[in-house]
Amino acid sequence: MSNEARPTSLTVRGVTKRFAVGNDEVEALAPVDLAIPQGEFVCLIGASGCGKSTLLRIIAGFEEPTTGEASIGGKAITGPGRDRGMVFQDYVLFPWMTVRENISFGPRQRQLPKGEIEGIADEFIKMVGLERFADRYPSQLSGGMKQRVAIARVLANDASILLMDEPFGALDALTREQLQNELMQIWSRTGVTAIFVTHSVEEAVLLADRVLVMTAGPGRIESDFRIKLARPRDVSSPEFNELRRDIARRLTSHLAPARA
Amino acid sequence: MEDHATTLAEAAEPRAPETAAAQRRHRQRLKTVRAVALGAGFPILLVLIWDRTVALSGTRLIPSPYQVAVMMYDFAFGGVYDDAFSGTILTHIWKSMQRVYGGFFLAAVTAIPLGMMIGRIRILRQLLDPTISLLRPIPVTAWLPLSMIFFGLGPNAAIFLVFLGAFYPILLNTMFGVRSIDPRLFEAAAMLGCSDAGMFRQIVLPASLPAVFSGLRIANGFAWILIVVGEMTGVPTGLGSVVMDGRTLSRTDLVITGMIVIGTCGFVTDRIIVAISNRLLSWSPQHHE
Repeated sequence: MSNEARPTSLTVRGVTKRFAVGNDEVEALAPVDLAIPQGEFVCLIGASGCGKSTLLRIIAGFEEPTTGEASIGGKAITGPGRDRGMVFQDYVLFPWMTVRENISFGPRQRQLPKGEIEGIADEFIKMVGLERFADRYPSQLSGGMKQRVAIARVLANDASILLMDEPFGALDALTREQLQNELMQIWSRTGVTAIFVTHSVEEAVLLADRVLVMTAGPGRIESDFRIKLARPRDVSSPEFNELRRDIARRLTSHLAPARA
Repeated sequence: MEDHATTLAEAAEPRAPETAAAQRRHRQRLKTVRAVALGAGFPILLVLIWDRTVALSGTRLIPSPYQVAVMMYDFAFGGVYDDAFSGTILTHIWKSMQRVYGGFFLAAVTAIPLGMMIGRIRILRQLLDPTISLLRPIPVTAWLPLSMIFFGLGPNAAIFLVFLGAFYPILLNTMFGVRSIDPRLFEAAAMLGCSDAGMFRQIVLPASLPAVFSGLRIANGFAWILIVVGEMTGVPTGLGSVVMDGRTLSRTDLVITGMIVIGTCGFVTDRIIVAISNRLLSWSPQHHE
């Protein structure tokens, strides 16, 4: 699984983003350049307001960059598409649909034959271990289950890029750990590209092939760490903690003057 | 994937399930009995106060509950007074139902799609919102002369008035419901390949359904309120015309009987709408009654 052999799936070139805030304009992203090969697991980490969610939303096609371009396999991103799927922090499941209906939403849009849709739904319900809850509504699920549905919903739609915006931020520690493990299994099994926004250095080092540290004012990628530790990773190992310290230092070195 | 952290309490093995379930059922039944007793107790109290007040004041202008009950019996089954109203209750209810639900469904089939489009399409909102805000405060009764010119004397004028009264609550609630849909639901649908045309049926409609149903409930109430006004337009049958006839004939017992029947019809139909809504909105615990 060497990165060099894989084709670049996602390219971000000179992307900036300005927002109007009242009469003012805020520069959310300074020019950002980024290339992510297919199948890589990338964590975006940074303080609140560093533009990491904005970058994610631009890749998702929910927002247009002010200048620059994001593209996939050479094709510019002009809007949301089923090659990219977002997993939101607060799930954003369709509350009037059961688990099964949520997961089969994407295949249903493609108007596949009924049997095929059911087959896909079964496969991904099984992948996230929710067989017993397939006919429940989201309001009847725990947070961890809802996030599993959100992940399955994206993967069932054959997305090649999984965008995750602090997906485990609202979960308790135990559930979070479990979902991290499951996400690792799913990722290595499906070969999707994952772009994962988080606040937690430990989470980033645990999951990622590559950790991008972003800094605010305006948002840009400050450093790019490759995590070469073998998986599954041991959070108590010295190597792990050394990386964690390095990244944390990078984060706070730019945070401190801004807060002063 | 065994997980202890996210398993719902319900999924955990219940101890002595039958006794627990039986107890829960028993408690539930007690609660229902209590709610019914409280809900029915208050009207009974009102009737008692009515009865005592009439008896103590010795008024002849207002009939006693007993006299109204006799009138109600005659209205339903006949055999007491044997006049033009005896045993005619079903005819009147049926006629009024036709007008109420003629107007109500006309309002629903126009206001729900219109409300969804206005809520979703900005240019339509800019085009129509001021006009709606201008027309809405006009009392439905003020439309009475015009509706009689438009539709003549007869049931169509009544249907039109009910339509007007039911239209705005459905429209406004639908607009509000659509406007308050979490925009990220549209993002989620778009990223999963949902087309713009598909959004209406797959996202806008189900997501705004709770608000649409509150609109329908309010509109159902208005529709029954307006039936008396609507049937003032010179129709020979219907509960509203019964009340108006009672007034003309100075038969207050008939007036009150008509009022009670209208109230009951409104109550029963509201429960039907709630039952349908509970069924369709079972996914939404906060909209379940």
